[in-house]
Amino acid sequence: MTVRADGLALSAGGQAVLHPVTLELQPGLPNVLLGPTGAGKTTLLRLLAGLDRPSAGRLFAEGREVTGQPVRRRSVAMVYQQFINYPTLSVFENIASPLRVAGLKRVEIEGRVKEAARLLRLEPYLARRPLELSGGQQQRTAIARALVKRAALVLMDEPLANLDYKLREELREELPKLFAESGSVFVYATTEPAEALLLGGSVATLSEGRVTQFGQAGEVFRRPADLATARVFSDPPLNEAPARSEGGRLVLASGAVLPAPVAGLPEGDCTIGIRAHQLSLEPLPGAVALPAEVRVAEVTGSESYVHLSVGGLDWVVLAPGVRRPEPGQAVTVWLDPQRCLVFGADGRLAAVAALAEAA
Amino acid sequence: MARIAFEHLAHLYPGSSAHALKPMDMVWEDAGAYALLGPSGCGKTTLLNIVSGLLRPSEGRVLFDGRDVTALPTERRNVAQVFQFPVVYDTMTVRENLAFPLRNRGVPAAAARARVEHVAGLLGLSAMLDRRARNLGADDKQKISLGRGLVRDDVAAILFDEPLTVIDPHLKWELRSRLKELHRQVPVTMIYVTHDQTEALTFADRVVVMSEGEVVQVGTPEALFDRPAHTFVGHFIGSPGMNLLPCAVEGDAAILPGGHRIGLPRAYPRLSGRLELGIRPEFAALARDGLPVTLRRIEDLGRRRIARVELEGMPFAATLPEGMAVPAEPRLALDPARLHVYADGRLAAGEG
Amino acid sequence: MAKPLDNRAWFLVLPVVALVAFSALIPVMTVVNYSVQDSFGNNEFFWNGTGWFKELLDPSTDLGGRFFDALWRTLLFSAICLLIEVPLGIGVALTLPRRGWGVAASLVLLALPLLIPWNVVGTIWQVFARRDIGLLGAAVNGLGIEYNYAQTPLAAWVTVVAMDVWHWTSLVVLLCYAGLRAIPDAYYQAAKVDGASSWAVFRAIQLPKMQRVLTIAILLRFMDSFMIYTEPFVVTGGGPGNATTFLSIDLVKIALGQFDLGKAAAMSIVYNLIVLTVCWVFFATTTRSQSEAVQ
Repeated sequence: MTVRADGLALSAGGQAVLHPVTLELQPGLPNVLLGPTGAGKTTLLRLLAGLDRPSAGRLFAEGREVTGQPVRRRSVAMVYQQFINYPTLSVFENIASPLRVAGLKRVEIEGRVKEAARLLRLEPYLARRPLELSGGQQQRTAIARALVKRAALVLMDEPLANLDYKLREELREELPKLFAESGSVFVYATTEPAEALLLGGSVATLSEGRVTQFGQAGEVFRRPADLATARVFSDPPLNEAPARSEGGRLVLASGAVLPAPVAGLPEGDCTIGIRAHQLSLEPLPGAVALPAEVRVAEVTGSESYVHLSVGGLDWVVLAPGVRRPEPGQAVTVWLDPQRCLVFGADGRLAAVAALAEAA
Repeated sequence: MARIAFEHLAHLYPGSSAHALKPMDMVWEDAGAYALLGPSGCGKTTLLNIVSGLLRPSEGRVLFDGRDVTALPTERRNVAQVFQFPVVYDTMTVRENLAFPLRNRGVPAAAARARVEHVAGLLGLSAMLDRRARNLGADDKQKISLGRGLVRDDVAAILFDEPLTVIDPHLKWELRSRLKELHRQVPVTMIYVTHDQTEALTFADRVVVMSEGEVVQVGTPEALFDRPAHTFVGHFIGSPGMNLLPCAVEGDAAILPGGHRIGLPRAYPRLSGRLELGIRPEFAALARDGLPVTLRRIEDLGRRRIARVELEGMPFAATLPEGMAVPAEPRLALDPARLHVYADGRLAAGEG
Repeated sequence: MAKPLDNRAWFLVLPVVALVAFSALIPVMTVVNYSVQDSFGNNEFFWNGTGWFKELLDPSTDLGGRFFDALWRTLLFSAICLLIEVPLGIGVALTLPRRGWGVAASLVLLALPLLIPWNVVGTIWQVFARRDIGLLGAAVNGLGIEYNYAQTPLAAWVTVVAMDVWHWTSLVVLLCYAGLRAIPDAYYQAAKVDGASSWAVFRAIQLPKMQRVLTIAILLRFMDSFMIYTEPFVVTGGGPGNATTFLSIDLVKIALGQFDLGKAAAMSIVYNLIVLTVCWVFFATTTRSQSEAVQ
């Protein structure tokens, strides 16, 4: 079972809402759509579901073209951000509802509902009504209803966004197991880079109606194809610095010079991108010292996010331990060229330094 | 500006048999940044509504700077509040929104104007003062909500009720750090309610962790991380949360299931109740030597990797050190200085 | 945004199209047909072109004068009804309880007048306001105020307006109440925190949030009051004199009383166009101002 989108695009009123997308979606591991609100995640989900008809491109399920087929005749299930259940039905009946519609035998229905309830740990609550459950249990009920159909394609639109943080963590851990056990193709939209990494499947990053990259999550995180991808896939936000590549060196706008991380970098304008955990407030071998001013520091208990102004640029450094420098204090931030991503003037990735890929 | 004190405060909703808020005494210092952290239904919103005056507690008193305000309605308490979903007055411009609380209190127009422009400057809203508020993004709307609190120079406290829920991750960083900077510039008591530990820890000087209507620990982010007073805190703070293993304790050693003997950083007297050994994943690493474990899964978080393992059949989260290949026969090394013992869920005090 | 996926869906609309054709299009065409002809009975018809329309729209003619008198009368009636019912409806909606058993009780009470058929409403008020046996009429006269809707135009107007207010204010209340209930609690809490007075809360929150339902309420009330027929016909029969002869009543007088089918047809077409134009202009301006505000 695979789903393939071939140049799928949508435009409205002469304006592109979604630029052509070509993806091959596999079962077993989740396919995550990662991007901020308005990037086109929901648009793509709706096209994949068949709720909207693409203005260009084709959609295949198991090699068979399904473009334009009404959603009711496709094998699709959807889970939304809001917990959508039938309030008057028990959890059992909620999960069973798509099977009743399909006219399955009673024994078959019972078996499938029990199976889904077991996977989602809902067995103790089958007789209750959704509103008597916690948010997490309600959303698990909605997920169970999507699974029980054994639809070829299961679409999830930010399913954990309305849940408490800890519940989210719990479900993030459970979901990959579900994905592996089921034969369906899962597409999962989220705004959170951490979630995309945790679910550990493929990631398609979206920015302004364009899929900027599609690949294995860790791979996309470490080797973003362009600046837009790196921005979408960085939390805290990517630290950036405009620079010039000249004779094997990178010259920052502030005048600071660092050796190019790789040989043969094209000359001209470029942008250096470096993630918060790759910067340091302690000297690193081979790193360049940049003067900075502290804006504010946030302590998480074991680590500190120190927000800096570095030559007029807003940067965040993730430093180990507890640090509370005073706002306005002058500090030195160490930029190791071996931990940088370099993007050319066209925004494409020009170089990944050796250590930028380190975990 | 105010020091907020609770005396024997508790709340029981009419018709309910269990306290939504169990009896407590607490003091929040003037100009402090506090967070109320806990899962849905833990009583954090109840406590917030008691501070703002939307809810009158069934027992106890609330004092602002020593003055009993328990019976005072919201509008007479000088508190400001930012809600989960941005509240702006649709038909007004940003400027009119910011001036609204001042106009309601009869502040002269010239003074109000100066005040509004000052606050707009603090929040980075100066450029959009004359735009209609309803057309702005969620993050700007939240800034306006906050601004309506800041324009009043008599404001005793600003309350935040999960203010970043509808904000995208990137803008969360921007808004959060700005809030923190703002607190430095405008020393006003800020109280931030959230279920998100990162938001609570990064925002607050002191975090109040709540569970089932009870305050289980009040402390700095470091304290909550290093010495959780309760297993709930250990689990709730940290991502993944603290590992907890059933154990027996003999002096300065813990005996785990399977008979593994672990040295503890301090000796314990005879402990009664259900005993658990707690250690954070950050201080437990896969290594060449240590306890034998079975590897279940590696989670790649980009900047670090978490190994989900099983120790004698119990799930355990550990760190896979940077650069280490996934070992064929994984073993678990625990940092002895970071071990804690819990008796019936509460941190046991050791000696030395 | 996207095209419908299945064009066969149009077949489902066919019955409605057929129904509309029979119930609306064909009668309308008949009226259009009459409006350009003259008849002397016996089913004999003569072509009259735009004659009726010219006469109707010229206030110096007999028919035109009569038409414009009735038109101003009807517009005045609609304006008075809207001016009373909309503020009153908003006011009542604001005082209704927001939760508890009182909600259901007051909603049922409010809905009662809406369930009474038009002619029954007319009959009730005809009796209620009679100076000899009517509770209202007798009471007012008992207070020493001269009140007789069958004799003085002012009394007739007061009666007809009061009847419409009694019958229809509930509709405005129910619509406004629905609009008010849709406002999240956070808005009220924020306003409290901002120290807003009830008036400020009304201006800043309730009125803007009710804008959409108010548009609908005003539109419905305008159309209904502008086309009112049954109730005033039952109570006053258009009198005394022509004091309460609204367009609809006048139309029936011409069509059925004098059997001037051509004049009546022309008049009903103009009447219809006025309603359509006013509603369209009103709807277009309010929705445009709303969509501008959203963008």
